[in-house]
Amino acid sequence: MPLLEVDKDKCIGCGGCVDACPLGALSLVDDLAVVNDKCTACGACLLACPVHALNLPDSRPRKSSEDLAAYKGVWIWMEQFHGRTGSISIEMLGQGRKLADTRKVALTACVLGHNVEHITKEAISFGADRVFWVDDPSLANYTTAPYASTLISLIREYKPEIFLLGASARGRDLAGSVASVLYTGLTADCTGLEIDPENGLLLQTRPAFGGNIMATIICPDHRPQMATVRYRVFEMPVADDKRQGQVISIKAAMRPEQITARVIDSILEKDEVNLAEARVIVAGGRGVGGPAGFETIRKLAEILGGAVGSSRGAVDAGWISYAHQVGQTGRTVRPDLYIACGISGQIQHLAGMKTSKVIVAINKNPDAPIFNIANYGIVGDLFQIIPALTEQFKKKLHH
Amino acid sequence: MNIIVCIKQVPGVSDVNINPETNTLIREGISSIINPFDMYAIEEGLRIKEKFGGKVIVISLGPPQSINALREAVGMGADEAIQLSDRAFAGSDSWATAYTLALAIKKMGDFDIILCGKQAIDGDTGQVGPGIASQLSITQLTYVFKIVKLESESGTITVERLLEEGREIVEAKLPVLLTVVKDINQPRAATLYHLRRAAKLRIPVWTAGDLPEADLSKLGLKGSPTQVIKISSPPKRKGALDLIKADSIEQSAAILADKIIAEKIL
Repeated sequence: MPLLEVDKDKCIGCGGCVDACPLGALSLVDDLAVVNDKCTACGACLLACPVHALNLPDSRPRKSSEDLAAYKGVWIWMEQFHGRTGSISIEMLGQGRKLADTRKVALTACVLGHNVEHITKEAISFGADRVFWVDDPSLANYTTAPYASTLISLIREYKPEIFLLGASARGRDLAGSVASVLYTGLTADCTGLEIDPENGLLLQTRPAFGGNIMATIICPDHRPQMATVRYRVFEMPVADDKRQGQVISIKAAMRPEQITARVIDSILEKDEVNLAEARVIVAGGRGVGGPAGFETIRKLAEILGGAVGSSRGAVDAGWISYAHQVGQTGRTVRPDLYIACGISGQIQHLAGMKTSKVIVAINKNPDAPIFNIANYGIVGDLFQIIPALTEQFKKKLHH
Repeated sequence: MNIIVCIKQVPGVSDVNINPETNTLIREGISSIINPFDMYAIEEGLRIKEKFGGKVIVISLGPPQSINALREAVGMGADEAIQLSDRAFAGSDSWATAYTLALAIKKMGDFDIILCGKQAIDGDTGQVGPGIASQLSITQLTYVFKIVKLESESGTITVERLLEEGREIVEAKLPVLLTVVKDINQPRAATLYHLRRAAKLRIPVWTAGDLPEADLSKLGLKGSPTQVIKISSPPKRKGALDLIKADSIEQSAAILADKIIAEKIL
């Protein structure tokens, strides 16, 4: 029995829900919507119904408001790698400050690592009122258990109402573990975070089904309300070095001998720019023709200080490594400038880059779907256009 | 080595396309597939088994038709399959899904490695793998794209993980839960022998009643801490395409460069 309820008196048999359902769980029988067992209660159909004939019943038990009121404050996990703060953490401090001000509560940054005292100051300059500083050799390299256990014990003791982490590999790894132990809600990959003025709940908006729909999610009865936040959605705040804040030193929760996983080595590719943090991405697809073709792409990326991306086609052909793949089975990116070279623009690729600020498409085929979402385009041979464009930027940007 | 692979049935994305006129989804009949990332998890499980012996059990939580995904995995070579399907599980968010799968895995008995895809392509959360590991109190290694070393005697595993900055080599003690990325292998096709076996295999269907340890209030929609309250359309991209056509490549490139610079994003 599916969870979705169809009000037969209200349904007008328009079929809007049938088209909206990504799972094929709805059909029209005798001009009435009928739901089958494929329904997963995702809610994609609710918006499509013009007469509000569809309903997902909410049968959750309610927790008393006193339990929840004990939880106060907004927390951010400050992600760092080899002592360098991740851009996503700074972005979250900016948005976290706004949420904390709206809720009239303090903003707390959690800094875990080894020799990371400088990050406590950085967090305060970007808006934190308080910093939990956990400095321990066992935290030098991120591994799940020592980080998660320390945060879990902090959360249990100090009870924040909101806890945000970056939607990075580490952030997702950590958030999933912490939320699971605490039995609280976790919304992945948020692109919108606001406070509901009526009840003070965190409204967490995220793309679903490859970005075809946006879902707004709440966590009404569990605390903290946890979310991972997508890169480059929220604006970078401006640092104020005169800001004052409280730094509280905390001990790591796990003893070194209890830790069962350890990082042996990091392999960082030279000249590689982190795709998630990149402001500019130049990406190549099948049209690039081979590994040598990516040299052309790389030169343009270099002039623009950007990263090199790729479509799935070019990765599957073995022309470039998977770490560069943008799209549904690769990375989701959101640069200020995305230059798609010889990429046709299949829906799976678009899902990974269509929220970029400015999209430029260069493709031989004037009918390539990439042109439907591009701001600027040139139809033609990328091996002529990209070097010409690289020359132009060389002239115009570095006179 | 006893290996458990958690898989999810998702809508077949290859069928989804946008109608450019109405901007709505058009589909040539809905098909369901195994989540692509889970295919890599199944393949990796089979490769470990081929090297070290033992068996591969696939498990899936989902509506009744998700049994097809399990049969497909058996067709690739998985030894056994277990389906978790019950109205009590419906509407599970990532927390309740991980809780339910972890209970089932506890009931299944000893294991060395649990494999999951890094995320499902419909929900895109990547939270269920870490959730299961936490519920079972075992080590999790996420975003794995290579098993560098696996030693059954010492019970250690060394993997390469794919991070934003590059790769990282991590060593851990078994048992572990791995979530894998696309590059880890090339999933095999089903074989006739295994497909025949899959068609005949009796796949147990476990309901909430089969999980005696389950706290019923933590299952399904009512046990899920998160709640979807609104579904909306994504914001539309602003502006139309400015297609640049000049007399020469150089001119086109110069115009494009000027327009990009004028956006003040560089």
